[in-house]
Amino acid sequence: MDNQVPVMKLEGVTKFYGEEIKQQVLFGIDLELQPGSFNAIIGQSGSGKTTLLNILGLLDKPADGKVFVEGQRIDQMPLSKLASVRNRTIGFIFQFHYLLPEFTALENVLMPGWIRKYDKDPERLQRAHQLMDEVGLEKVKNNLSTKMSGGQQQRTAIARALLNNPKIILADEPTGNLDTENTEMVYKILRKVNREYGTTFVIVTHDRRVAEGADRIIEVKDGRIKMDVAARV
Amino acid sequence: MLPLKIAWRFLVSSKGQTILILLGIAIGVSVQVFIGLLIQSLQISLVDRTIGSSSHITIQADREDPVILQTDQLLQTIEKSAIFPELKAVSPVSETPVFIKTGKSDQSGFMRGFDFQRALSVYEFMNTLVEGDLPSKENDVLIGTDLKNELGLKVGDTLNVTVPAFILGQRPLTVTGVFDSGIASLNRSWLISNLVTVQNIIRKPTTYSSIEIQVKDVFSADTLAETLQKELEGKPFKIKNWKAENQQLLSGLTGQTISSLFIQVFVMISVALAIASVLIISVVQKNRQIGILKAMGIKDSTTSMVFLTQGLLLGIGGAVLGVILGLALSWSFATFAVSDGEPVVPLVINYSFVLLSALIAIISALVASIIPARKSGTMSPIEVIRNG
Repeated sequence: MDNQVPVMKLEGVTKFYGEEIKQQVLFGIDLELQPGSFNAIIGQSGSGKTTLLNILGLLDKPADGKVFVEGQRIDQMPLSKLASVRNRTIGFIFQFHYLLPEFTALENVLMPGWIRKYDKDPERLQRAHQLMDEVGLEKVKNNLSTKMSGGQQQRTAIARALLNNPKIILADEPTGNLDTENTEMVYKILRKVNREYGTTFVIVTHDRRVAEGADRIIEVKDGRIKMDVAARV
Repeated sequence: MLPLKIAWRFLVSSKGQTILILLGIAIGVSVQVFIGLLIQSLQISLVDRTIGSSSHITIQADREDPVILQTDQLLQTIEKSAIFPELKAVSPVSETPVFIKTGKSDQSGFMRGFDFQRALSVYEFMNTLVEGDLPSKENDVLIGTDLKNELGLKVGDTLNVTVPAFILGQRPLTVTGVFDSGIASLNRSWLISNLVTVQNIIRKPTTYSSIEIQVKDVFSADTLAETLQKELEGKPFKIKNWKAENQQLLSGLTGQTISSLFIQVFVMISVALAIASVLIISVVQKNRQIGILKAMGIKDSTTSMVFLTQGLLLGIGGAVLGVILGLALSWSFATFAVSDGEPVVPLVINYSFVLLSALIAIISALVASIIPARKSGTMSPIEVIRNG
């Protein structure tokens, strides 16, 4: 495992917020994420974990330090190129589902593919159907995303994150808004995807059960990595 | 095209807002079309009423005794001229003031002799004729309705005229018809006859008093007159054109055109502002969607395209609706605003103007969507995720 190229690697990443009064939120973070690993990031609000996730998700750029995706340095890339790296490499799952309410569940799942290349690729369509079947959404494929339950929405978001076969899926409190039953179900799906597709997961969570089920727990405190342990051996 | 698909969904998903802004554009365009067409029709009808039935370019003799002597030569020169294809009619006229003998007292009148073949397209005699026929032989004459009523004449009656130069020689004329020109002073004073009658009354056969010309494009009368002037250089003629004689009308028309243009420009600006403000609001409303799309890797330029496309779609939809509404308004104005069965303003639909109005609306919509498009392009996905 150790000689594999990490899916993502951060080297001495720092980040500030604020224009006039600069507040440092990340202090020289070093982090490597191995392919196929299932990682949990924990930490209190304001600890900098969401900022860390944004930098991992290429949504934000570090003030200092280096960011590598599969060995390629990307923190100096122009925004338009970053967008395309994001589209190909990273899938997102957010706490508040964030589906596009104007589109059906199936269209939401297809969207990352459309962003890559807008055409009627039958293979992509088939993959979308397959993913939706796998997360148990056979019956609501053509519902508008607003006409679905929270659990269904989150499963749609998972299928969407998987469509482009990303190397890494970043999830920000993916179960934070769900009841116990749905939390369990979503977690099972994430784990299954991790096993079957070898997709790397980074999950920011408050949920101890989710964190304890991860391969590795990274605790962020005051902008530094305070703890980095393998949870299960 | 992905931007088109997203733009379309955004518009369809907020139906109320879309319908409202479409109506806004449509009303703006319809006002533009209606006012534009109305002013244009008004001007056309005004110009037509003023000069539609009169000479646009008049050639007169530049002599003390103002009759044109070399008539055939002059007509030939005009017919060979480069501007001849631009002319609608060339009509020689012979005219003279006359006294109309009524028994009690003399009444002054003005006798005009035409070559009816040529003059028919200048003066719509057939349309103004209310009784009888056009003069067909020498000493036939048409009189106006007012003169007919004043003198108690009817078709077939005889009336005597003299000319001031030959006050003693009376000439009996046969009334063959009555015209109504719509202008009381002409109806009271004009006597219309053929060329030979007038030529013989003034004892100047084979001369013309003037040659009256109508041109196809009335507003080119001045330049055509200039060209003609050059071709007749050195010959004893002077040339007048209606534009030089109707400066007041022209400046009135220009003023009208400018004020109508002003109204249209401001209507369009307000439409553009309305589109811009609605789209800017919609960028804010859709910021979550834009954030998600950006997180998924959509390019900033593509989100900008979404809003430009929305502007374009709104522009096209609003323009089409507006043109329909504007034409309907114009049609109902022409149909219902009537006096004596005739429309107050006979409507002339200038299709290229209508098309231009639609095009301007579409372009304004597109320009108006530039600000929201740029705003959406610069939005950062993190904002959405952090504020979510």
